[in-house]
Amino acid sequence: MSEEVVFDTEGVRKNFMFLNRKAPYGTIYALEILEMILISAAFEQNTTVAFMDDGVYQIKKGQNTKALGMKNFSPMYGVVEMEKEDAEEDEDVEMVWRIVVEQESMEARGLSPEDLVLDVEVLPAAEFGALMAQQDVILGG
Amino acid sequence: MLNLVNKSPFERLAMESCLRVAPKGSAIVFLEDGVYAVTKGTAAAAKIQAAAEGSAIYVLGPDLDARGVDRERVMDGVTEIDYGGFVDLVVEHGTPQSWL
Repeated sequence: MSEEVVFDTEGVRKNFMFLNRKAPYGTIYALEILEMILISAAFEQNTTVAFMDDGVYQIKKGQNTKALGMKNFSPMYGVVEMEKEDAEEDEDVEMVWRIVVEQESMEARGLSPEDLVLDVEVLPAAEFGALMAQQDVILGG
Repeated sequence: MLNLVNKSPFERLAMESCLRVAPKGSAIVFLEDGVYAVTKGTAAAAKIQAAAEGSAIYVLGPDLDARGVDRERVMDGVTEIDYGGFVDLVVEHGTPQSWL
């Protein structure tokens, strides 16, 4: 007696935030979180990619890791931007993608939106925190 | 939302980042090296005091014990919890954020 098992995932859409708070290269956090984002994109969830504290440095323009012998992964964030555009343009896709930066962290590091490889929403701390409070899942480091 | 701070405020900015963005009405648990943040007379005390006005501040008792922090050294307005109480907070608030 075997019953067919069907996983009904249609309609299951949660709010996921990927919270980046560490600088790239010094630790593995940034790359690991980026990989999580790229994998999770397949599941069509509402996704907020967020940067605060030293995480803002992950999307600083002009990274060159040649002499380090490490992969410069900042261009991979272009895929995040593509996902966001897909979510906005495709009428069959209901998921929402946002890319946000906490204003205080950015300004404390002498950076402005022009310094970043991504087109971001800059949110003051209170709005950033309110957005965190709306999430079903926060993954980060 | 449940905020978890497990780093000393004198070594890392985890507590400051948490307090900066956590909305009023948040629950904030200090554990592991984070427990030093809620001891009296430190450079972090004023920030904890201000946070306690809008949010609920908790500290994990076993981590105080492990570090020899007497209870009279814990700031007023901070609620001590044990592991069971920690689980209750997770159930109550959901969506934890560890400020690593």
